[in-house]
Formats: sequence, C-alpha cells, structure tokens
Amino acid sequence: MASFAARGFLKVPAGIKLPLSNHGARCIATTAPQLAQTKKTVQDKTGKNVVLVDAVRTPFLLSGTSYSKLMPHDLARASLLGLLRKTGIPKEEIDYVIYGTVIQEVKTSNIAREACLSAGFSDKTPAHTVTMACISSNQAITTGIGMIAAGAYDVIVAGGVEFMSDVPIRHSRKMRSLLLRASKAKTMGQRLSLLSTIRPDFFAPELPAVAEFSTNETMGHSADRLAAAFKVSRQEQDDYAMRSHQLAHRAQENGHLTDIVPFQVPGVAETVTKDNGIRISTPQQMAKLKPAFVKPHGTITAANASFLTDGASACLLMTEAKAKALGLKPKAYLRDFVYVSQDPKDQLLLGPTYATPKVLEKAGLTVKDIDVWEVHEAFAGQICANLKAMDSDWFATTQMGRKEKVGLPDINKWNLWGGSLSIGHPFAATGVRLAIHTAHRLIKEDGQFGLVTACAAGGQGVGMIIERYPGATV
Amino acid sequence: MSEVQGVLQKIENDPSVQAAVLISGKPGCFIAGADIKMLEKCKTVEEATTISKNGQRILAQVENSKKPVVAAIMGSCLGGGLEVALACHYRIAVKDKKTALAVPEVMLGLLPGGGGTQRLPNLISLPKAMDMALTGRNIRADAAKKLGLVDRTIEPLGVGIKDGNERTMEYLEEVAVNAARQLATGELKINREKGLVDKVLKFALNYEFVRNQIFGKAKQAIMKQTGGLYPAPLKILECIRTGVEKGPVAGYDAESRGFGELAVTPECKGLISLFYGQTECKKNRFGAHQHPIKTVAVLGAGLMGAGIAHVSVDKGYHVILKDTSQAGLGRGQSQIQSGFDRMVKRRRISAFDRDVILNNLEPTLSYDGLRKADIVIEAVFEDINLKHKVIKEVEQYIPEHCIFASNTSALPITDIAKASKRPEKVIGMHYFSPVDKMQLLEIITTDKTSKDTTAAAVACGLKQGKVVITVKDGPGFYTTRILAAMLAEAIRLLQEGVDPKTLDTLTKKYGFPVGGATLSDEVGLDVAAHIADYLGKTFGERFGGGDPNMLKDMVSNGFLGRKSGKGCFIYEKNSKSREINTDAVAIMQKYKQEPRGSTAPEDQQLRMVSRFVNEAVMCLQEGILASPLEGDIGAVFGLGFPPFTGGPFRFVDRFGADKLVAKMEEYKQHYGVAFDACQLLKDHAKDSSKKFYK
Repeated sequence: MASFAARGFLKVPAGIKLPLSNHGARCIATTAPQLAQTKKTVQDKTGKNVVLVDAVRTPFLLSGTSYSKLMPHDLARASLLGLLRKTGIPKEEIDYVIYGTVIQEVKTSNIAREACLSAGFSDKTPAHTVTMACISSNQAITTGIGMIAAGAYDVIVAGGVEFMSDVPIRHSRKMRSLLLRASKAKTMGQRLSLLSTIRPDFFAPELPAVAEFSTNETMGHSADRLAAAFKVSRQEQDDYAMRSHQLAHRAQENGHLTDIVPFQVPGVAETVTKDNGIRISTPQQMAKLKPAFVKPHGTITAANASFLTDGASACLLMTEAKAKALGLKPKAYLRDFVYVSQDPKDQLLLGPTYATPKVLEKAGLTVKDIDVWEVHEAFAGQICANLKAMDSDWFATTQMGRKEKVGLPDINKWNLWGGSLSIGHPFAATGVRLAIHTAHRLIKEDGQFGLVTACAAGGQGVGMIIERYPGATV
Repeated sequence: MSEVQGVLQKIENDPSVQAAVLISGKPGCFIAGADIKMLEKCKTVEEATTISKNGQRILAQVENSKKPVVAAIMGSCLGGGLEVALACHYRIAVKDKKTALAVPEVMLGLLPGGGGTQRLPNLISLPKAMDMALTGRNIRADAAKKLGLVDRTIEPLGVGIKDGNERTMEYLEEVAVNAARQLATGELKINREKGLVDKVLKFALNYEFVRNQIFGKAKQAIMKQTGGLYPAPLKILECIRTGVEKGPVAGYDAESRGFGELAVTPECKGLISLFYGQTECKKNRFGAHQHPIKTVAVLGAGLMGAGIAHVSVDKGYHVILKDTSQAGLGRGQSQIQSGFDRMVKRRRISAFDRDVILNNLEPTLSYDGLRKADIVIEAVFEDINLKHKVIKEVEQYIPEHCIFASNTSALPITDIAKASKRPEKVIGMHYFSPVDKMQLLEIITTDKTSKDTTAAAVACGLKQGKVVITVKDGPGFYTTRILAAMLAEAIRLLQEGVDPKTLDTLTKKYGFPVGGATLSDEVGLDVAAHIADYLGKTFGERFGGGDPNMLKDMVSNGFLGRKSGKGCFIYEKNSKSREINTDAVAIMQKYKQEPRGSTAPEDQQLRMVSRFVNEAVMCLQEGILASPLEGDIGAVFGLGFPPFTGGPFRFVDRFGADKLVAKMEEYKQHYGVAFDACQLLKDHAKDSSKKFYK
C-alpha cells in the first residue's frame, strides 16, 4: 500500500496523474505508523494556544441560482446563526466579530456589523469587515488570532461572505458626477442646464471585473498565461478538474461535508442542503469546451476553472483556556500563519508556492510532516503550475532565492474532499471552509498537521498550519 | 537568399512536410529588414530593381506554396521582415513591447520593394495600408490584430519552468506549429471577414472617381507635408495605385522599378547616411565610466528643467527636481505629469505604470537631496552670475564623484566652470526644446573636462533616449553658432522687406520643418537678440547681417515670440491661425535695407543656407566638431536642417564645394565678410576629390 502511494507520488511531476482510489481509509494505514515514529510538536507563539472550536457554512451555490434574490448579509446572517446554534455558545460570550468580503454591497459596507445585528448577536459585540480578495476570511481568522494574542479579546467569530448573484454595477463616472451636481442644483434653470449636458455615453454602466487594477488583466487570462509558462497541458488541467469534482462528489456522498448548515430561502419550501456546483462530466465533454479567456489557443475553460459562487462561512476561535472554561470541545489548534505577495502580473496565482515553504519553516515543519493539504483551487491550471513550481529547483533558486526546491506535496493527501473547482468559491468565504475541512480531515484521516494555502488577487497568498486537537471529533 | 530558396524547395517537395512555421532564433527580433549595405552598393537603377525583383520572386514562392506557411513573430518585424510575414499564409504575433510591425522604408527614401506596396492594401484596408507605407510607423501586435495585419496574437509569458522570454518564444512556436497543422488539415479556416466600412470602401474602389478622391487626398497631404521634396512617398502612392487599378502583375512591376529608381536618388542616400549617423550617435564613443549614475538632480523646474526630468524619470533614474519657489516647482511637476498623462491616453503606458514612474520624481525646494546625486543638471536662467552662484551652492552638497552639467544654449562652459572647485567634473549638456520630443543632445566638453565625466554624461544622455553629439566648448558651441549665422541672414531678409510669412515659406520650401520666422518666435526673440549680440561681439563682423538693434526694438516692444503671445506673428490661445504682427513689421520697416544682388527665392534661400553650412564646416575646421557625421546629426536632429540632404556636410559633398564657394563669392560682393567661405570649404572647392564622406 505504501508502495502504491509512493508510485503515485513519483508520477506527479510528469503529468499529474492523480490516483482517485486512494482515499481516507488508505491514508490511515499509511500515515499512522509514521506518526508514531516522528511525532513532532509545533510551539505555540501566542501563549494562548488559540483553538478553532468549530465552523459552518451555507451550501455554496452557483451564482444566479437559488440564492439569487437575497442580499449578501442574508447569507452571512445564516452562517453566523448556524455557528451559534451548532456550538451552543451563548451570544454574550462573543467578544468581537471579523468578517471578510470582496465585492462590497454598498448598502452594507461594514457587512460584519449588519450581519451580526440581523443574526441577533448582542448589539454590544463590535464587528469589522476585512478584505483581501480570495483570502479575506483567512485574514478574518488571523486578525482574530492577532487580537487574542494581543490580549484584547478571548472569543472571536471570523468568517466571510460573497454574493455574486448581485454585484454593484455603477453609473458611468460622467453620470455620477452629473447626479452629484444635480443634487446641489437649486433652481429649475440650473437643473435644466445640467440635464442638457447628458450625452448617450453617460448611460454606459460600469461593471466590476475580476481584473487586476494594476495590470488590467483578468484573472483567467493571467492563469492561462501561468499555465503556459509552466507548460501545463489542457489534458493535465482537465484531469485535475475531474479529480476535484469526483473527490467532492465522493465526500458529499460519504457525508463528510458536515460543515454545511441548511439554508431556507424565504418563500421557497425546499431547503438548500448541499453545494450545487459539483458535477461529474466525461473527459469527452470536458475536452469539447472552448477556451474561456485566451482565444483560440488557451487552455483554461469553464470546466477547469472555479465558477462564480454565492456563500458564506463563519468560525469560532478562542483561547484554549476559554474553551475549557466554557466546556467546548475544540477541533484544532491554529498554530502558525504567513502572508506572502509577489508580482501581480506574471506570478499572480503562485501564492501557495511562496507561502508553503515560509509557513513550514516558521513552524519548524517540512513538506513531509503535512498529513492534510487543503489548497484553494482557483484554476486547475494554477494548481498544476504551483505543483510544478514547487517541484522546480530552477524556479526555487532563481525566483525565490532558495537553495533548493520547495518539494512536491503528497498528492494523496491533497484536497481529498474536492476544492474550490468543484465545491465552489465564494471569494471571501473559502478561507474558513479550507480551515474546517483541514480540521475535519485531520480527524477522519488520523493526521496531526494540516496546511492551508491559497492564492489571491493582487499577487498575494496565505499559508496556515493547523494541528489536530487531541481527542477531537467531527 | 539561396538558403531560403533551398528550404522552400524542401517544403514543397518533401511529402512528409504538411505545413511550415517561419520563426526567428532570437526572441527580440523576427526580421529587422533587409541589409542596407547591399543596397548602397547599387550604382544603377537596374541593379536595385533586380534586388527587388529577386525578393519578390522568392516571396511569391512562399505565397504560392500549396502547404500553409505560418509566420510566428516575436520582436521587430520591419521592412523586408514584414514583407516576408505578409507573404506567409497566417501570422501570429506576440503582444509584448518589443514586437513591432512596420514598413519604414519611406524613412530611408525607399519603398517596400518586396511586395509590401501590393500585399498590404490587399490584406488591410487601403487607407490603413497607405498610412503604414507612407509614415513607416510602428504597429504594435494588438493594433496589428485590429487592422487585420496579423491573424492572432499571443500574450507574453512570465517566468515559469524557465525564463519568461525563452518560454514565450517556445510557446509562440507551439501555438504556431499547432495552427500550421490545423491549417493543413482544414481544422482552422482563415477568416478575415472585414467590417462593413471596409466592405463598402472596397466596393467603392471599383469607381475611378472614388480612387481619384482617395489617392488625390493622400497626394495632397504628402505635398503639404513634404513640399514635394521627398520622392519616396509619391512613388509609394503610385505603386499602390497601380496595384489597385491594374492588378498584381503591373503592381509588382511598378514596385520593383520604383524601388530601383528611388535607391539611386540623392534623397535616399542622404536619408540612409542619416540613419547610420543616428545609429552611430546612439553609441558612447568614450567608453565606460567609473560611477554608475543612479540619481539625477535637475535644478530649475522651468520648461527645460522639467523636460530633462521628464526624459530621465522613466528611464530608471531617481530624479530630484529642485526649484527655488513652490510655484515654479508645481508648474514643472504638472508639466511632467501631463506628459505622462498623454502617454496613458495614447495607451503607450498604463495609468499604473505612470504612477510607478512618477514615484521616482522627488520635487524639492532644498539642496539637501543633492547629497545623493550622481549628476546635477542645472537648467536655471541663462545668466553667468546666476550659474556661478548655483555651482558654488551646489558644490557644498554634492558628493565628490558627482558631475555638474550645465544646460545652456550659448554661455561658454569654460566660463561657467570658473566658479567650480572641480572643473574636471563640469560639462555642458545642451538639450533642445521641447526636451521630450527633440531627439538631440549636444554635450560640450572644456579642456579641463575629464574623459570619465564625458563618458558618464554621454551615457546619461543615451539612457534618456537622446541622439548625442559631443563637441568642444566655444562660443555658441556647434548648434547655436550655426543657427545664429543663419538667423542673422534671415533677419536681414526681413529688413529687406521679406515678410515673416514669405520667410517661412522660403525656408520650408527648402526643406526645413519649421519656417525661419516661426523658429525665431519659438526660440524667443530675446534669446535670439542675446545670442546675436554675444556672438556678434565674439566673432565680429562675420556674424553681422540683420541689425541687432532691430531685435532689441522688438524685445523692448514686448515682442518676445510665442512666449509673450507676440513676435513676428501674433499667437492667440486656442487658435491655430497666426496673423503677421503688423507692429513688428513696422519695426522691420524702420530698419529697412535695400536688397543687393539677386532677389530670386533660390538666392534668398542659399544666402541663409550657405552661412549655416559654412559655419558648420568652420566648426569642423576649428575642432569644435569631432566629425562631419556628428555635424550632420546635430544640424538635422537639433535644428531641422533638411533631412533628405543628409546634413550640411553631405549637402556640401552633393552640391559641390566649388559651386557653393562661387555662390558665396557672389554674395560676398554684395554683403561682405559674412559670406567669407572658411579655409576648409575653400580647400574642398579647390580639390574636387576632397569629400567629407568617402
């Protein structure tokens, strides 16, 4: 069995052939003896032993489906309420709430506060909103860790929401300027003269784009170039995407996705209970799709890229002592984290490659010590490119200033419950999902250390080390 | 060429070959055009025609190949290079900054002789094809895609499994090979569906009156721009029209004949010489220097100072812009800002690039920042006492290795250096206004300037994107001195009753891009008066001509030129039409002189030109100039001496020194020593084997 794993490991650099048959049960058999031999510990740096008590999320839905008539804070409210109910923590115990979002609904610009109020949290609990693209809820979590470490608070709720079914589409700048001036116009004459300045182009709306402000390049386009730069073939990408969907489907079937709290859409009898983006298609179907960004020779298609998703998530963090005092059973320690950033043009999505070695070194671990990898899948091509970068001595020495390559993660421990490609990716909600999937998988797969890593717009990235809490159960 | 033919044969005859991709071995260059040297050897029309015909024949083979040929373009794709690409069946270009497509032959007085005048109008719309062939301008890959010049573009890749450039090249090849294969199997169909406007235009071209309109308009525009002095654009138009009207056989024939005829014209030779000179002046003949220049400090945020800062700040330099008042500094900053805003508007750079570039500009009112300067370029008011004051102040702050450069158009550098503790570090850097548009930089060395200082200043100028000539110090250096001689004659013409508009016409018809009167207004009549006064004192009667008092009168009446709104002409904001300033003409009347000798326009022109040229030759004779080549480049790029002549020295070679001296003798009889030919020119006149260019 071990030899099978090793073979799978070796195959990866050549063409990411991903063994599907190797799931939970096998991992237990391969990793358990190792654990006994090399039991490592990671030192607590905060002096507080920050724990992840639990986390929940709404089902992640393709945008424009069942959630389409809601507002973002409705989803956020559901996740916050779900967290309260699942953990049973009295709402007065919550000291502070930090919530992430990327595309802001202007009516609820501090959505953290609005969602808390509507979820019935104490109005004495302050809340603020953070944003860091696809790693916004990672930022919410680590901001919370910082507050606990600083001794400001003991109990923090962190999470994130994204609602792509409705995005703020603005009037053109010219029209906005006119409207602002109109509000100051006093006489009818002034108003009429303003009215007379309207031209047809005033009516052209401004749409938000998933494009870098600095380079004006859309993320899909950058990802396609990244895949080409690392010579990732269309086939490799389709294979990886297929794996993601198959693994997510299996996790769904096996009932692993217990972080979901059902959502009742107002006015609809049927309850939303599961993610709706997971679909298993045939290789032929996938191969037929035309490139979505770089035409006609690009390799990224709708099927091997993550899709626009609505969803929200929330988690409960606190000091270990506080958890004990409240009688809560934590799932994991949040041991260490690091943020990285690099060139937003050519290395936009290489966050995992840069973050992984940094966070491992900080924690005193190596690639081999990681039992569970939970990595944000923006694009299959981006994941394959990161794997190739981690496996390249040339890249490590010339670009990262390292002596040798980062090293290839064991693909048999990698995103075994699917990832953003299949489960979906509500930008600011994904970080919490990655953290709780790591904690749950560590329990189910009997591992000790998990690593969460993700890339984000702006050429940034995050790496987090999560350790299974002794005696934790799902 | 025979090698190419061999490969073509192989592609045609080898049944295992289905399609071909044409790609360069170097990432920075597809094909940068044909070898000009080969062309220069041509003595006759026939020889040059044959070169064109041979090229046409080989490219016809490419075009007629039954197997698809794909051109994969990364880097320069110019002239013959683009013509090769045009003969291919499918073109893919990389969207990077280095990739540019153009047919720049017109700039060398030639036409695209490898089928360019025929294939371009077939591929893209006729007006766009004419624009490309007549201006020779560079087309970036994305614009080329919009024009239909290329069929597909690919984005440059960043670092991945290897260096970004290398990988992009490899990727280009992968994409091109795949496209070629798909073309061969029929999987990929070439779709060059044109827009409605183009379709209508194509249909309309069937009518002669439409063609007359289009080609007539184009011809009018050319005549307006060139005054008919350049044969190449007219010939290009003729070839395109022949192709459109009489079909490809006649078109290609006209093209090769036209190419042959143009290749032997003096205009072509002049322009090619200029091209070589420009290439030469983009090199540093003084070698390496010791201290790398990282920080450039510019003193004075006026038009010149801000301009110098502008051309430095986007070249990787940290730039300190120092002025004495916040108002002056703010004006300079906003000049630089709007310069880059214009580039953003034209999509040359992104708004983000602009912000990052402007981070390198450090505006200040204090000298403190100068402690880290590697070179200080002062552009304060032209006053020797002020310059002395500045140099003394600056030397209290700058580090030991720092160079002090003075941007002055006439004050001798040797005099400025007198105030310096370290004259070996003092040098002149004479920029031309507007600095961001004018290509020339005249560097002036004194006897004490060290070679290291010179090498560093030249390197700095080259990095600023300038064409650099290096001259010895002397009154008026090179450019100001020769221009002053010509302007003195121009003013005399004004006094003789030639009105400013006629003077402009005279000079423009001769090939100067800006008329003499307009130029005086642009330079500023106060500056002109100042320089005329100073050079008149230094060189004596030889610099006479116009009465310096006339200029002084103009200045005292507030007619300073464009900057004061009135000079020879009246300048009004938001108005392009310029009226003659009748008050100025009244002053000219006051100083009226009767013309002596011939008043034929040719003679009036030659009076100005001969003084200009004579002074240039004298600068070579006196060792101010290091070579005729630098003299030609300085005169053309700095002062707009007619480019087709190749510069004043080329002009003498072509016109004949003997003829020129004879003419000057004639003028001398009427006007005196101003037309005294210098010894070197006389030597050349006596011995016809003496030429400035071998």
